[in-house]
Amino acid sequence: MWKQVYAWLDERLGLNDLYTNLLDRPEPKTSWWNTLGSASMFLFILQGFTGIFLTVYYTPSPDHAYDSINYIMEGVAFGWLIRGIHHWGATLMVLVVFIHMLRVFYTASFKYPRELTWLIGIGLFLTTLGMGFTGYLLPWNQKSYWATTVGTQIAGTVPFVGEFILKALRGGPDLSALTLQRFFSAHIWIIPAILAALIGVHLYLIIKHGESHWPKKED
Amino acid sequence: MSGSHELSRRDFIKVTTGIVGGLIGTMIGLPSIFYLIDPALREGGKEAWIPIGKFENMQVNKPYPFTFTRVQVNGWERTASSFGGYAIRKSDAPESLLILNSRCTHLSCTVNWSEEGNVFHCPCHDAAFDIDGEVVDGPPPRALDVYEEYRLTEDGTIEIFFKES
Repeated sequence: MWKQVYAWLDERLGLNDLYTNLLDRPEPKTSWWNTLGSASMFLFILQGFTGIFLTVYYTPSPDHAYDSINYIMEGVAFGWLIRGIHHWGATLMVLVVFIHMLRVFYTASFKYPRELTWLIGIGLFLTTLGMGFTGYLLPWNQKSYWATTVGTQIAGTVPFVGEFILKALRGGPDLSALTLQRFFSAHIWIIPAILAALIGVHLYLIIKHGESHWPKKED
Repeated sequence: MSGSHELSRRDFIKVTTGIVGGLIGTMIGLPSIFYLIDPALREGGKEAWIPIGKFENMQVNKPYPFTFTRVQVNGWERTASSFGGYAIRKSDAPESLLILNSRCTHLSCTVNWSEEGNVFHCPCHDAAFDIDGEVVDGPPPRALDVYEEYRLTEDGTIEIFFKES
């Protein structure tokens, strides 16, 4: 019965082909360092999952952001767990994505025909940092407030367009409700959308070209 | 080549991945469900006696409107909820009071006493209840709720017993 259902679905969806191409494709002999890309994607999914759950209680308003996070930590069942995973997962994700990038660099995996995969990977690294930067403000505590003050001030030192960038980031000359709201929007919609799209292309390219083998002596 | 009773390297990886993935999924999935439904599992039910007015001010067979608000702490905010009703005096005896909840039994709008129609009228779906709270017209499934427990204090005030849901 299940075999028939599976066969019916496979005929229409190509499940077996998907499985072969995604999970059972031939790979050169590599090492555990090559799993960091998958680890990054796992962390992205984990961050997405816990992030979605955090929005159930979090309020991006200067009046309530801090209180709502306090409530998540102390009032809601397992709130400490969901936020804890999101908090530490964020740090871990930046770390894992960065080590993944170093691995690709040291094994020279960015060379032909994988230049585009590398460039998109740079985009992925930068958007990951963007997630970290925007997410850091959301608790609206002293640390996040001043970190964002400093971060946006640094962006403001760009010659000529600095003031414009600073105002665009903050939604005005100072940190305000607008800053918190637009950082929230960037953190949960804009940057994740870009990140997900880039991951899609990145994955497609990896499946298309396969993984690179580790460089040998003669390479 | 693996024997029939031996697990091949590939199958071992598959099984291990499945088990570890399942563990991670359960460890995050189960708490997430509790996290989501947590507010529904809370015990409310604070009780109070609430004064609604002087017995002497209530006229026989003329609904006496009253309202009160209760403040509840919901999450990180205090929320005031309004409640109301009508006390209907049937005779001189305080025991003859009928205290109706003005919350329509259909979909929780607030009913108003209509002097000309001699009914409690609900503006949302044109429901009507008579002075005893019985359904006269419209979609409500049952009569208006009654505050069953009330008392007359020494200074002549009527208090109703209120239990938060």
